[in-house]
Amino acid sequence: MKRAVLERLATGRAAKQPLSLVTRLADGAQCLWDSRHRQGELSLTPQQAAEVQSLLVAGRSAPLATSGGALFARSYAAPPRLLVVGAVHVTQFLAPMAALAGFEVVVIDPRRAFASEARFPGITLITEWPDQALAQIGLDAHSAVVTLTHDPKLDDPALVAALNSPAFYIGALGNPRTHAKRVARLSERGLGELIGRIHAPVGLDLGGRSPAEIAVSVLAQVIQIRNRGATQ
Amino acid sequence: MTAEPSDILEQAKRWREAGRGVALATVVGTWGSSPRQPGSHLVVEQGGEFVGSVSGGCIEGAVVSEALQVIAEGRPRLLEFGVSNEQAWEVGLACGGKVQVFVEPVE
Repeated sequence: MKRAVLERLATGRAAKQPLSLVTRLADGAQCLWDSRHRQGELSLTPQQAAEVQSLLVAGRSAPLATSGGALFARSYAAPPRLLVVGAVHVTQFLAPMAALAGFEVVVIDPRRAFASEARFPGITLITEWPDQALAQIGLDAHSAVVTLTHDPKLDDPALVAALNSPAFYIGALGNPRTHAKRVARLSERGLGELIGRIHAPVGLDLGGRSPAEIAVSVLAQVIQIRNRGATQ
Repeated sequence: MTAEPSDILEQAKRWREAGRGVALATVVGTWGSSPRQPGSHLVVEQGGEFVGSVSGGCIEGAVVSEALQVIAEGRPRLLEFGVSNEQAWEVGLACGGKVQVFVEPVE
C-alpha cells in the first residue's frame, strides 16, 4: 500500500466519507474509489467501477465478480449513527459503548449542565433543542435515535423528527404507562400509524437496572435491529 | 463493526510516521464458518506488535510471522488457511472454515 493511499484512507475515514480500496491480489496494485472518482495506479473497467460502487453502498467487502476474483474491493462505508437525546447518566455509558461498537455518536441536550464536555469526554455534544439538532444533522436510514430524558418537552420533538425520517431505529425510555401517555400525545399530533416504530420500553429485556446495564440493553437492541431488521 | 478499521488504519499510519516497518493483512475470502468477514484487517509492525484480527485468534500468530517477512521483502503475499490445508500451513482453523488473507507492505 502506497503511503498516499493510507493517508487518503485515514482522512476519508476521519471525515466519515465512504471509500473503497480496490487491490489486485496478484501484485498489490491499488486504487481508491470515492463513489465518483478513481485514484491510484490500478484502473477499473466501467463494469468493475459499478460493482465497487454497489458493494460500497451495501457496506460489503468482496472479490469483484467482474474481475474473476483478481481484484478485491474493501468497502469503508460511512459508520451508522446513534443520536442520543438526553445527556443523562445512562448516556454516559451508552455513548462510549456505542462508539466502541463502531457508531458515530452524537448526544443532544439543551441543558448545558448535563451536556458538558467533562461528563462526555471525546463525545460530540449538541446543546440545541432536539428537533433543531436533528434537522441540522439530517436523519437517514443509517441513523438510530434514542430518547432518554423522561421529559416530554425534550423527548417528544425528537420522536416527531425521528418518526418523520427513515431512521432504522427509534427507541424511547419510559415504562409502559409513560409510553401510553406518549402515544396519546403523539397521536394528537397526527403521527398515528408511525408510532409503532418506537421501541418502548427501550432496549432488550436483560433484567438489568443500573445505568450501565440499561446502556447495554439499548445498544444490543440497536445492533439487533440494524443487523436483522425490525421484524424481530 | 465499522469504527475498528479506522482505528487499525490510524495505527498503521502512526507506526509508519514513527518510522516503523508496517504490513497490513486483510481477509479477502472466506469459505465455510469463519469468524471474521472479508475486509477484516490486522496491522503488524516490524517488532511483532499487532492490532486488529483476521480470525478468532487461530491464525493471527502465523499471519504476524508472514507479515514480518512481507515487511522485510517489501512484496505482498496471498495466504490461505484451512483445516484441509495443514500440509501447507501448520496452523488450522478450529472452526473448520477456510480463509484467504492478503498481506501487503505499507510504504
